[in-house]
Amino acid sequence: MWYYEKKLQYPVKVSQCNPRLAKYLIEQYGGADGELSAALRYLNQRYTIPDKVVGLLNDIGTEEFAHLEMIATMIYKLTKDATPEQLVEAGMGAHFVNHDHALFYHNAAGAPWTATYIQAKGDPIADLYEDIAAEEKARATYQWIIDVSDDPFINDSLKFLREREIVHSQRFHEAVEILKEERDRKKVF
Amino acid sequence: MTYTLVKCYSPYISKMDPCPPMLKKCFSTPPNLYIPFQPYNSEQFPTAREALYKGTLWTCLYDPYPLKREENLE
Repeated sequence: MWYYEKKLQYPVKVSQCNPRLAKYLIEQYGGADGELSAALRYLNQRYTIPDKVVGLLNDIGTEEFAHLEMIATMIYKLTKDATPEQLVEAGMGAHFVNHDHALFYHNAAGAPWTATYIQAKGDPIADLYEDIAAEEKARATYQWIIDVSDDPFINDSLKFLREREIVHSQRFHEAVEILKEERDRKKVF
Repeated sequence: MTYTLVKCYSPYISKMDPCPPMLKKCFSTPPNLYIPFQPYNSEQFPTAREALYKGTLWTCLYDPYPLKREENLE
């Protein structure tokens, strides 16, 4: 189970109404390498991974939900007071017609989130390598969003999130090293 | 080779588990995990035929699967 702390992991401030930036940020909300995919991927893999790394998947999966919340807050703040005309101008006309001002799990191009974005192979090495790849892809996505964003407050939060991807990737690498270790019976081929 | 191609662990077993427990679970740790960059002049299989059947020219990259039960467990 989880306990909920009613605050964000890192503060989210927005300097100006900018629905177009929200359209790009949606990629990290409901995209293939977004925070929802990450959280669900790790928490689901916990059950069939060796005990030594279950805790890592649990903790990182939980943190991804905290990131999801930050992204949601950014998107909400960027769009909540935008008029339909502003949304259409920002390329979010289709989103408005379907969802009004509600958030939805789809990527920047409007394709809805799908479970095919994540994988659980059951093989611990394959799963951890998928996780490492996902972290690097999320880091790259944050870079590209920062590149197209001119909002210094949003960029500050995005830089924090990008750094977390780097830390998570490092921890997953370490998990692979733990699984590679020769424990119990030494058997030399 | 100084590493094993299979690792095993004992998962948590609950008294409430409905099925008879599998006390030991094993997974592959193939040789490529242990070779950051393959050294020059690595050992090759003695014949082209053998290499062809094994799927690799290099003995250090060959990973028989599944391992024989005796090798795998205990």
